[in-house]
Amino acid sequence: MDIRFSAEEIAFRDELRGWLKEVLPTLGDPPDSDDWTARRKWDTGWQRMLYDAGYAGINWPSEFGARGSTPTEHLIFLEETTRMGAPYVGMNFVGQLHAGPTLILEATPEQRARHLPAMLKGEEVWCQGFSEPNAGSDLASLSTRAIRDGDHYVVTGQKIWTSFGHVADYCELLVRTDQEAPKHRGITWLICPMDLPGIEVRPITTVAGSSEFCEVFFDEVRIPVENRVGDENDGWRVAMVTFSFERGTAFISELLGTMNQLAEMVDIARNTSRNGSSAWDDDEIRREIGRLQAEYDALWALTKRVVSQAQRTGMPGPGGSVFKLYYADVKKRMADLAHRMLEREALVLAEGSGDEQTGGDMVASRLYVLSLSIAAGTSEIQRNIIGERILGLPKER
Amino acid sequence: MDFELSEDQVALCDGIRDLCQGRFDIDTVRGLADCGGVDRQLWSELADTGVFSLVVPEDEGGVGLGWAEAGLVFEQLGRALVPGPLVGTLLAAEVIDDAVVGFMERPYGPALVEYPEVIDALLVLDRNGVWRVDASELSVEAAQSVDPLTPVGRVDLLPQGEQLMDFCYGWANRAVFLNSALQVGLATGARELAVAYAQERQQFGKPIGQFQAIKHKCADMYSREEVARAALYYAGCVMDVTHGPGLPADPGGYLYFEGCTIELGDTLGDREHQELVRAVSGARILAAEAADHNGKDCVQVHGGMGFTWEIDAHLYLKRAWALTPQFGSLDRHADRIANLVGADPLGHAAPLG
Ligand SMILES: Cc1cc2nc3c(=O)[nH]c(=O)nc-3n(C[C@H](O)[C@H](O)[C@H](O)COP(=O)(O)OP(=O)(O)OC[C@H]3O[C@@H](n4cnc5c(N)ncnc54)[C@H](O)[C@@H]3O)c2cc1C
Repeated sequence: MDIRFSAEEIAFRDELRGWLKEVLPTLGDPPDSDDWTARRKWDTGWQRMLYDAGYAGINWPSEFGARGSTPTEHLIFLEETTRMGAPYVGMNFVGQLHAGPTLILEATPEQRARHLPAMLKGEEVWCQGFSEPNAGSDLASLSTRAIRDGDHYVVTGQKIWTSFGHVADYCELLVRTDQEAPKHRGITWLICPMDLPGIEVRPITTVAGSSEFCEVFFDEVRIPVENRVGDENDGWRVAMVTFSFERGTAFISELLGTMNQLAEMVDIARNTSRNGSSAWDDDEIRREIGRLQAEYDALWALTKRVVSQAQRTGMPGPGGSVFKLYYADVKKRMADLAHRMLEREALVLAEGSGDEQTGGDMVASRLYVLSLSIAAGTSEIQRNIIGERILGLPKER
Repeated sequence: MDFELSEDQVALCDGIRDLCQGRFDIDTVRGLADCGGVDRQLWSELADTGVFSLVVPEDEGGVGLGWAEAGLVFEQLGRALVPGPLVGTLLAAEVIDDAVVGFMERPYGPALVEYPEVIDALLVLDRNGVWRVDASELSVEAAQSVDPLTPVGRVDLLPQGEQLMDFCYGWANRAVFLNSALQVGLATGARELAVAYAQERQQFGKPIGQFQAIKHKCADMYSREEVARAALYYAGCVMDVTHGPGLPADPGGYLYFEGCTIELGDTLGDREHQELVRAVSGARILAAEAADHNGKDCVQVHGGMGFTWEIDAHLYLKRAWALTPQFGSLDRHADRIANLVGADPLGHAAPLG
């Protein structure tokens, strides 16, 4: 175990810091959270800047125009960009953090050449079409049907909770290609262009009043067979690869952002009066901040372990489920603590705080954290995974 | 950065684990309750394996490893419920040869001394230094310990003892760290026992581990343990980065325990030292809570059997209870972290390197 960064890693960090210092002041103000055109421009524009400066896809293979470096440098990249307040990955989340990594491991050379460089340049926004109205936790029971017709799959069905579905260009789509096989063995992973005829996208309003996710309807949509990733009916395995990234490493900058929020809590505590003094002087509140810090520091250490595993094996280990389960819980406690301090002020949302991907200010954050134990597999499902796959307890069925 | 165990570290864990399974099986461990917690023969086997000289440099006859490794070894000892004044004997290795040595902070009033029948000496830490009190100087009044594997005795007034060195904050940090390693091991042992029972015990015609209430409890036990383990390993690495291997000159800094004579220093020390304090206190909180919660959950998973002397669940929990009120309460450690982040809220993002 060595937590120290190597000389190259430190050189990378210093160079990155220098670059960030130069460009961040030139960015201007982030767009209004309801202005999707401007948000797309902002998120993809930042991705393009990263690409031009050689900071896109830090640990992706260099043949696609990425940096071709290590997961540790990716970690450093996330740490530094979050610390210095650079734009969040935003709507590039799916592309950068789980669709891209899945393609790197599972796609054909043609598919990689087609999509990876475009993802890196911010030319393609991706979304995830896994969940369906009747297949959420029980994802493998999904019923969106794909029938082979020559060189095409003809897809009919419905997806739901598709984050950024209304702005995405491509979708990582799970479809059923064999009705007869056991449910896990009849699924296929497809790359679906979102502009094909027969696709209809309807935004859904979230608890925060914005429209981060959508319903997506497929009516005899013709998707070329060459868009298939992995074998026909082998899509469940490919989806597990996607999940290992989604649960394993995709939350790194989230955690770092949360640690910044905890630092803000110190300020809130100091500026909130309580019993003739400040909330910071209240032992209970100050200690809870100390404890939360200990837990975030530990999650950060756990993240470093997961990243080190990825560095050795190419894929994050199952520790990702532990991280996700624990993180959702601690962050809820932090939001509740903020509200104990804010009292009546906790009714007021800050201007433009509707960005559910980061939780904006503390009040918006309290809403956002509700989704952390639901999205990417609920906490109950994470507990099942830990119980069955890690601890070897008997399956329910 | 590579924050996974190296091959050597894996081999070290396996070696200690084999030693524990071979020489400290649970019947042997339970038997140690009848001889004050330590059997000299077994203790010297631990010493011969290098358990207590792990961080002593090789040219001084030690194993020459770092604190990260010491943490791994103590984790295994905790997992196997090995009793005895393990922390004190390791810390004392630098100054006292071949002995069974207790270690405690000097309380204001009467002291509860652990393993009073078997220790040769007691190291006492107070605001003026580290002191050696010979066991023969102690007049011990018997007391019954909640933990059969942590016998205690009352001592009205700890003798001042012989001064071994000036006050050394590093000693306190190391004690906190090793104590946390034992607690992570306890959390692991308790979880393993619970999972094994959940697989085997049947009710309503199926293994109880198939019921989600039990399965999810086990998953939560594992999560607590894993998060605490990550914190512990990180703390061990930070100790090695800031101290270097071996028992180094003290890095200075501050620490305070309530109910005893050590108080808060007002210097925050340098950046590296802050990182150390924060990592060690963080590991301490998470490890102690994981051991306590996993011990309780282990009892619960066993049902009525969990409330019996026969099942080992209580031994994990009681040891956790014995280890927690040492070297500062969890509240004090939370204060310590809060004071650091309060002084430098964004400190987390400046890694060592
Ligand atoms: C903000 C957000 C963004 C999302 N983005 C996407 C996206 O981009 N793409 C996508 O495909 N999906 C997305 N999802 C969907 C998400 O993955 C699902 O909501 C999730 O998997 C749960 O499925 P469900 O909503 O159908 O709930 P259900 O499966 O109906 O679950 C309802 C409740 O029952 C519990 N439950 C279900 N089964 C079990 C069981 N076996 N044991 C114990 N408890 C059980 C659940 O834990 C939950 O509490 C998103 C969700 C959110 C909230």
